[in-house]
Formats: sequence, structure tokens, C-alpha cells
Amino acid sequence: MRNTRATKLLFELSQPGRRATRLPEPDVPVVPLAELLPRESLAADPPPLPELTEPELVRHFVNLSTQNMSVDTHFYPLGSCTMKYNPKRNERLAGLPGMVDVHPYQAASSVQGLLELLYELQQMLAEIGGLSAVSLQPAAGAHGELTALLVAAAYFRDTNQRRLKVLAPDSAHGTNPASAAMAGFDTVTVKSTPAGFVDMEDFVAKLDDSVAVFMITNPNTLGMFDRQIAEIASRAHDAGALIYLDGANMNAILGISRPGDFGADMMHFNPHKTFSGPHGGGGPGAGPIAVNETLAPYLPVPQIVRDGDQYRLDYDRPKTIGQVRSFFGNVGVLVRAYAYIRTHGPHGLRRVSENAVLNANYLLSKVKHIFAVPQGDRCMHEFVASAARLKAEHDASAMDVAKRLLDYGFHAPTVYFPPIVPEAMMIEPTETETKETLDAFAETLFRISEEPADLLHEAPHTTSISRPDEVRAARKPVLSWQGPA
Amino acid sequence: MLRTKSNAPRKAIRVGESSDPVDAPPPRGLTDIMPYIANTPEDQRAMLEAIGVASVEELFEAIPPELRLNGPLAIPPALSEMELTGRIASLAATKQRTTEAGCFLGGGSYDHFIPAVVDHVAARGEFYTSYTPYQAEASQGNLQAFFEYQTLITRLTGMDVSNASLYDGGSAATEAVLMAISATRRHGRVVTAASVHPEYRRILATYLANLETELVTVGTPDGTIDPDELKAALDEQTACVLLQQPNFFGCLEAAESLVQVTHDAGALAVVSVDPISLGLLKRPGDYEADIVVAEGQSLGSPMSFGGPYLGVMACREAFVRRMPGRITGETVDRRGKRCFVLTLQTREQHIRREKATSNICTNQGLFALRATVYLAALGPQGLRETAELCLRKARYAAQRIASEAPLQLAFDRPTFKEFVVRTTNNNVAPLLAAAGEQGFLAGVPLGRWYPELADCFLVTVTEKRTKGQIDALAECLQSRI
Repeated sequence: MRNTRATKLLFELSQPGRRATRLPEPDVPVVPLAELLPRESLAADPPPLPELTEPELVRHFVNLSTQNMSVDTHFYPLGSCTMKYNPKRNERLAGLPGMVDVHPYQAASSVQGLLELLYELQQMLAEIGGLSAVSLQPAAGAHGELTALLVAAAYFRDTNQRRLKVLAPDSAHGTNPASAAMAGFDTVTVKSTPAGFVDMEDFVAKLDDSVAVFMITNPNTLGMFDRQIAEIASRAHDAGALIYLDGANMNAILGISRPGDFGADMMHFNPHKTFSGPHGGGGPGAGPIAVNETLAPYLPVPQIVRDGDQYRLDYDRPKTIGQVRSFFGNVGVLVRAYAYIRTHGPHGLRRVSENAVLNANYLLSKVKHIFAVPQGDRCMHEFVASAARLKAEHDASAMDVAKRLLDYGFHAPTVYFPPIVPEAMMIEPTETETKETLDAFAETLFRISEEPADLLHEAPHTTSISRPDEVRAARKPVLSWQGPA
Repeated sequence: MLRTKSNAPRKAIRVGESSDPVDAPPPRGLTDIMPYIANTPEDQRAMLEAIGVASVEELFEAIPPELRLNGPLAIPPALSEMELTGRIASLAATKQRTTEAGCFLGGGSYDHFIPAVVDHVAARGEFYTSYTPYQAEASQGNLQAFFEYQTLITRLTGMDVSNASLYDGGSAATEAVLMAISATRRHGRVVTAASVHPEYRRILATYLANLETELVTVGTPDGTIDPDELKAALDEQTACVLLQQPNFFGCLEAAESLVQVTHDAGALAVVSVDPISLGLLKRPGDYEADIVVAEGQSLGSPMSFGGPYLGVMACREAFVRRMPGRITGETVDRRGKRCFVLTLQTREQHIRREKATSNICTNQGLFALRATVYLAALGPQGLRETAELCLRKARYAAQRIASEAPLQLAFDRPTFKEFVVRTTNNNVAPLLAAAGEQGFLAGVPLGRWYPELADCFLVTVTEKRTKGQIDALAECLQSRI
């Protein structure tokens, strides 16, 4: 039961002299600090951290946790984020001492099992993506995008091609153009058709020998598979450009279609989406990338290689772009992805996507009677409904619907994305939800669509807070507690 | 460009279990025992009927047949929970787990003690199975925790503002440099030093490879940066200096003079710190640093062979709108109640696209939470005592291990919890291997990054190491050299 009292900050709970930890007495000779370090390097006092006992800490944080919605507690149909169930066996296995009590600079001979796991994961991801080589290093999907673009830049530099442009559809995730800018490319936006597919005419017009990469999400951000992809890839390749696949929506096509087979030269995976790594309130995720054979030499170091029955980290790769993250990468997330893929096997992964697509289409068949779904009657693993009519006729927006859903015990869909659909509500149920949950969600959407606009404007009514003033937060930022130190 | 043929035969992946059949058993229908999928055959029939299609296959009609995979993926067959547990437990049979060996390895990933309360809080499903707080009303737990995290980081570093965390210390250092380039509008040069973590510098070089900015690295033959040499490396197009305190060799830099020299040249000072050292050392805010970054792993996260960790970033108020990553802010709700939201989002990629401050779209929420619980559990005294224990034990270890040839300290500089040992008979690899056989993770060889230090290794001593372990390591090294 939620404790409505628990909203004080750690700093407000603090009382001088309280402690939650006691450290051992020094077992080595105690010398005055001034003999160990120059006086001018020492702080006069320790940093002003809060002082609490362990029971207070536990109650504080556990009560805070109850103010979150989560996959463990709620249906969380946040489109594009693939909020599927996070298997508990994966948590236990990723937390084994042999996985966590391991230093990144331990000798390879002492971590052969872990290297074997990561090596096998590289191979399985290459197979799922239909590509040749994998780097597990990037720490998130956006980081994978950036890494792949750095790989592409290195490839073009190495082959003396001056290509400075990246093409991306107007429906792309914002990370695509942002990653392109960080990798030193100029982004050119390609129009989408009203149905959300690449506007071929516009694409062809913008494709020339200055284009390095076309970044595409397929299935796209409307949850539709763009069947022009083979032609897009072929035209891009004819122009000497590479195809990057944003793998955010891989949950729709596991074991059904492989990016490498439909023309992608490079892609990233989101193990925290597709392979059930928990989202952790924003992270950690991981963003492994897969590339074709031509691009493999440019991947970051280290790569795991197998010599006979031994695994080792290979840093000696002359064409590598270098490194994008310290040490090996988000290993804990990768172990969970490994556990997930091994739990499912080839048929199981296909079942995942089949049921993800079945659940989404079923929910679409119900939601389309309540809200317009501009893309039509079919989708892949997610779909985008529009609250434009509700807005016009009842003055209630997609945001109002999202907020009101919280009152009924459902997390909201992603709203106002992709920007090409007005009053967008992007709904991704995932395969781990039951038909009963989907039915209840659709019924709730219907009920909300009939509710008075005033009720919706002030929603949510049952959560600990309602409608924070975001303008005030941005105009006069208060980014840390301003009380006494 | 080489193309993969869609339906070419694919080589099965060899896996460790030799008894694995290469071909998986035939599928038993849409729900063949998938522990996380609920749809029964009856559910499926009803759902297909409601959709108005005859089969699941029809739902995939948008994918042209020639783009479909013909046959199952060539990955190993499904495992039950029991089989999976057996498989991963066997792979996790790491020799020399840091809990058993005396772990004297560091170099950016540290074996500090993690109080149980950290694991307890982080294991709450409401925390680890939630996502980025797009709906503030459904995420006050995370948002308040991030606000507390930001406050703790500002207090730890003495800076004005903190973001809600980045990926890791290395990429955070690079993000800070990019931020400095944008803040100063100086694109010509970035200066760093050999005493900064070599992997951090490599990340920076990787990110800068396609930009116009030149990366200049000042040498540190004596273990620390000479302020005059730094001065000589700065020009009027230098955006910033990236330095590390204590540095990669464990030595204390003359941080105040280095920041002063940097500011004199109109550049910004980016300082990468060891957060544990701030229990004792002056805070970067005290010596006027502009942007502070850190590897946050020390703050309550396991080493996990390198990740996940978290990148700490804090800066002066003036630069807040150039910060990358999520930032949480305080506001009030429609009833006037204090609450927390993601804020200053006009910096971010989902609004600004190619003009965003960075492509980063999430923080390392769960690991920022761990750091929050850790710092609150230690409190000011606990952090100071932890830092003091590290310092005292490391100094004791340095005396025991490296007081006479053939093992000597490489640098004559004050150190915090790490120090570089030189083997005068240039015997690093066999010595560390021999120590490994005796159960010690004795040190990190430096030759991979520093050819001139091929005869050296880095030893780290945290508060977890006992005098007994230190004495035993010293005896082991001295007998094997």
C-alpha cells in the first residue's frame, strides 16, 4: 500500500550524527594525514552528504519505489520502448558472483567462461541480424548508432571517398540525426508518405555520391514494414552509400526477416528492448552493433576472438575506429540478453515476434473503433493512434488520454511521436501481455473517450502528484536541493 | 559491397555444450512452452478472428516473401530454466573472482565495498523494471531519486549542477570535451595529458576523428603534468584541458595551478575525478573546475567485467544548457505540491534532433540510484573514512611492495589509492602471472598503453584489502621477482 507521507528528500530527513555504515578500524600503521598528502590538496571538511540510519534509508527508497509504475506492476505499452516482461532468472544469473565480482583487467585466462558467453552472443546477434560481425561495446541504442556511423566514416576515409551526408526519414528517432551530427555528418531529411513509408521520389532526389549512409528504422516508427526496403538498399548501394538499420523495432521480426537479408550493411540491437534487459528507470541498456564483412575491420576494440579453445580480447586491429566506451561494455545487460536468447532458441524467438505482432494487431482491431489509426488495419509490433478527432470535438488531447490512463492503472503510450501523426499515441503491447489485459486496456480507452473533457484535463486524479508545471521547471531551473548544506 | 544472400545455408553456431543437437526440436505451435507468452491456442483463435485474418502468417504479409528468412535461425535450441542455470553457472565459474583473490586491480574500475542496502533498493522491481520518466506522475520514485542523485553529486564535487548520469566515466569525459568545444566556440584544439586514463583518451580520439578539432597530449614522464608544459600546449583556439585527479598513475596533479593555467588561456578545465577521493581531497569546485566528470562505478556498483557503470557529470551553472543527457528539476504540480520532472529538454535529441547537445537519450537510471543509496549510506563521515582507509592502506602497500630494487615506485609523487611499481629487471608479465597463481590479482601492466612503462604495473588498494593481504602480496612479489 502506497505511503502517502513519504515525499521528503534525503537531505530533509538528515540529522547530524546519524550513520548507516561503520567501517573497520585501520589495520595498518596510522600516520597523520599531513604526512601522507600535501596540506593544500586536502579539503577542510568532508562533502555535505546527508546523515541517516539504515532503516530510514530503506523506508525512504522503498516508499519512493512505490511511486513508480513499472513492468512488474503495470501494463506499460510505451511505444518504441518494448516494455516486455523482465525474466527473473536473468536477474539471478547476471548477478552470479562469477559475473559481477570480475575486474575488467583480469587476465583473459581467468575469465574464459564469460568470454565464451560474450563470444557466443556476438555470433547469435550476427545470425539474428543476418550480418557478419558484431561489437558488443556500445552502451545504448543511440551509442550504437554513433559507433556505426563512426565505422562508416572510417570506411569511407579508408577508401578515399568524401561523403559528408546522412539521410534519415522525417519519422526517424531524434537520436538518428543527433548521432549523425556527432559523427561529423550533415543530416538531410527524407520525406515520408502519409502512410509513413519512405517517399521514394524524395529519397532518390536526395541520393547522390555525397551520401554516406541512409538511416532507416524498419519496421518503421509507425510500426509498419516498409516493403520498399530492398529497392531502397539497392539504390543506395548503387550510389555507393551504406544502409544503417535502427534496430529499435527488432521485436517484430525475430527469426522472420533479417536486416542483412533486406539490405542493411550495419545495424544496432537494443537488448534492453528486444532481449528483455530491464530498462532500469532509464538505463543501463546496451547497443551492440552488427555490420557486414566489409565494415568488420573498422569495429571498435577489443573484439573477442577464439584461438582454438581459448578466448581472448583482441586490441590489435589496425583499421579499428578505436574505442567508444571504457572497458568492454555493459556486460551485465549482455548476459541478460544471452540468457533470453538461449531461453527461446530459434523457434522461441520467432514465437516472440509472432505474438508481439498478434497482440499489437489485436489491440489495433479494438482501438481503431475508438481512435483513428491513420496507417490502416494492420501493423507489426506497434501502431500509432491519433486523438486528433477527440481534440477537435471534445477538446481533449493525446496527453489528456495518457494522463487519464494512469488513473485506471495503465502506463501511458508514447505520445506525440512520431511527429508526422497529429495527437499521436504510439502503442506497443509486447508479446508478454495477456488477451485479458489488452481487452481491459481497450475498454478503458473507450471509457476515457466518453468522459467529460474537464475530468481529462485535470487527470490523473489518483497519483501522488498531477500535472507538474514543466514550464516553470524549465524557466527557473531548480536542479538540486537548495536547503542548508 | 559484399551482400549476404537471404536464403543461403547458414552455419550453425558452435556452442560450448558438446551434446547440443544442431537442429532444434520441431515447433509445437504458436505457444510451444514459452514461459513469458500468455496466448493459448484459444486466445489466438479469438484474436485472429477479431483481427479478421485466418492465420498469424497473414499478419506478416507486409514483408515480401523474398525478404523472409527461409527456415529457423541457426542459433542453439531453447533451454529450460534449469538447463540455462546450469549453462550460465558453468560459464560464470570465473577463476580468481575478486571476492576470493586479493584484488589489487584498478585503473578506473574498483573493488570498493557495497553495503547490502544498495543491492536491496536496486532489486526493487518498481525501480529496475520502469523506464525513463516520460510520465512524471507515474515516475515520481525515479524522478525524486534522480533529483537526490544530482544534489549528492553537486555536493560531492562542489559544482553547481549535475545531470542524471551518462554511460560511463570514459564517454562522460568525451561528452564534457564536446560540451566545452560548444561552450567556448573554439574548435581548434583540445589538450589532455598522458596521465589521463588511456582508454578515456582513446574514446576522445575516436569521437574527434571526424571533427576538425586537434587532440594534443602533454607528456607526463614524471607522473604528473608540468604546468609550464601545459601552458606551452595551449593556444587561443584551445577549447579545454582534460585532466584527471588523482591521475591514472594514482598521483595527485597540481590541480589548482593547472586549472589556473587553463583559464589564463581562456580554455575550460574538465576534470575527471575519483569520487571516493573526494571524501578527503579538495573538491573540483574548490579549485574552479568548469566541468567535472567521473566514473561512478566506485559508488556502489560491482565491477562486472567493465559494466554497466555510470558516468558522472557536473558543471558550473553557466553551462547547464549545454549539458548532455537527462536532467531532473523541481517544480510544483497543479495543486501546488512539490514534484520532479525531466527538464531543459530543449537541449535533447527528441526535440532538437541534429542540433541537440548530444545524441544521448537516457541516463543510467538504476546505477545512478545505486550511487544515490551508496552516498546516503556512507554519509560524510563514512566517505571520509573510506577515503582515509584507501589512502593509508595504499601507502602501506607501496612501502611494503616497492621500497627497494628490483621493485620500486616509478614516480616520486604523492598518491591516493594507486601507485605504479617499476620492475628494474623488466619482468612484469611473468611476475603478475606468478602472483596470479598464488591467488593475487596483483596489478595492471602498463605496457599496452605506455611502451615507455613496459616495465611497470599499476597497483590499487581499496578499503577492502587487509594488512594480511597486503603483506602476503608483498612477500609473493618479492619472492617471485
